[in-house]
Amino acid sequence: MDHAIQAEGLVKRFGETTALDGVGLSVRAGTVLGLLGPNGAGKTTAVRIFATLLRPDDGHASVGGYDVVRQAHQARQLIGLTGQFAAVDEMLTGTENLLLIGRLLGMPRPAAKQRAHELLNDFDLADAADRAAKTYSGGMRRRLDLAASLVGRPSILFLDEPTTGLDPRARTELWTLIRRLVAGGVTVLLTTQYLDEADTLADEITVIDHGRVIAAGTPDELKAKTGSQTLVVRPEDDTQLPVVTAVVAELTKAVPEVDGPRVTAPVTDPAVLPAVVRRLDDAGVLVTELTLRGASLNEVFLSLTGRPVEDEPETEGRPA
Amino acid sequence: MTTVTAARPAPAELSPRVGVGEGVRQTMTLAWRTIVQVRHNPWELGDYSIQPIMFVLLFTYVFGGAIAGSTSEYLTFALPGIIVMNMLFITMYVGTGLNTDLTKGVFDRLRSLPIARWAPMAGRILADQVKQAWSIFLLLAIGMVLGFRIGTGVWSLLAAVGLLLLFALAFSWVSVLVGVLAKDPEKVQLFGFTALFPVTFVSNVFAPTSTMPGWLQPIVENNPVTILSDACRALMVGDDTIGTEWHVASATTPVVQSLIWAAAIAAVFAPLSVWALRRRV
Repeated sequence: MDHAIQAEGLVKRFGETTALDGVGLSVRAGTVLGLLGPNGAGKTTAVRIFATLLRPDDGHASVGGYDVVRQAHQARQLIGLTGQFAAVDEMLTGTENLLLIGRLLGMPRPAAKQRAHELLNDFDLADAADRAAKTYSGGMRRRLDLAASLVGRPSILFLDEPTTGLDPRARTELWTLIRRLVAGGVTVLLTTQYLDEADTLADEITVIDHGRVIAAGTPDELKAKTGSQTLVVRPEDDTQLPVVTAVVAELTKAVPEVDGPRVTAPVTDPAVLPAVVRRLDDAGVLVTELTLRGASLNEVFLSLTGRPVEDEPETEGRPA
Repeated sequence: MTTVTAARPAPAELSPRVGVGEGVRQTMTLAWRTIVQVRHNPWELGDYSIQPIMFVLLFTYVFGGAIAGSTSEYLTFALPGIIVMNMLFITMYVGTGLNTDLTKGVFDRLRSLPIARWAPMAGRILADQVKQAWSIFLLLAIGMVLGFRIGTGVWSLLAAVGLLLLFALAFSWVSVLVGVLAKDPEKVQLFGFTALFPVTFVSNVFAPTSTMPGWLQPIVENNPVTILSDACRALMVGDDTIGTEWHVASATTPVVQSLIWAAAIAAVFAPLSVWALRRRV
């Protein structure tokens, strides 16, 4: 099969709000698709439809060739789901949590135990295997949650903001795990509002906003799509930042951003670089950094949506 | 290392639906999970065990003498009612547990698994039945130690237990509805206290209806808690052992009325709960 995950014209409304307004996407088997978007863009709603938890109002979606509405039971046999809130039973131990899933999937008790043991070891949870999950740290819960979605060795995995709220170390650990999964042949659909996450993990990225796909392609394609590069200037002396900002603004005809000790601005004409050097030299500004780099996804996002990505975890898709 | 996390090659043919046998097994597994939870939550065990024992001791020894004249007389009257009251309180755990699953995302995980759609609910209710049975057993045992005697026979006693479990099954749906509608598990418990306390106390669990003011008597008499308590008294104690004021004439009427109440509660609250759940998820 070519595409492990496919959707066409997905529409989902919650009362007055339209969470998805005709979303289409496809993920080739064995690759990672990053579904990128700000809060309320519709990412979680899309994942919930793929995971058979929500029926679309219009359009259709399939996983592994099975329609998520009409052939939901088959679809469920192929997928694993890790939501943005670690969905583990806090009153059970790590082992019991995994044992529960294994038994529900029809594994005989010894096989389920063996599988739980294997996953706990592999996810660095062996020491905490017999402790109730309520005593786990945030990172440990996410790892257990991910392990729980892998008990049945799914070939298609949905990760809904898997690292939201994790500290950088736990995040990196989870990334390593996800990379290993992909190396094992799993197809992954990952939602995230962290651009670096999509940039590092995803083969392809679909950007959605207000329930619509606004861009799709590989990270490099997306960066190239904005047609611009970014000029970065760092003066040796911070007090000269206003001078640098003024020079950059004049030459790039854009509104530069001051990011700590650096001034950045999008540029379309590479010839601007020598001009900047001359003008700064004339102004007597010493620079420690002067580069022209491809746009980061953050800038791509800004240019696509006109606003930066926010950081709060989204709660869409679960109307109270 | 990658072998642990490697994808399993999909079988050529996936089964299109869950068999009933599989569904039953999944229900058992989910019930097991709910029972195992108790091990890690001693407070809950306290609610099924220590709290009812305290009620029995408190009412028998502090109020019993004043209400019935003697503690052993009073125990005979009050124990079946206390069992009924305790049963109603325990059903609240169905709602608390369900609400916890809904708010923590566990319910979504379960729904994303290839299991019977009814298994999560059936598992909860089955686990509730086990908890109920344990609690009834515990209260009867402690009652016996304090001097409670079964005045009927084994079959009547089993009938009483069966009736209690059946009523619990019906009343669980009230708990499910509260669990689905409540914002968080604490709210479910709060409902338990604010709604169940008056309902259970405005009954003849602790004192005979005839000792109450005239305006209150019709309310108490028609309270299903009273009716079920009378049914349990008749089935457990019989009509010989208690004085006239405490007398339960026959088991038939309260048993039949209890069954009608159970059926009515289930008929109203089961569809309502399912509807509310569909709306929430």
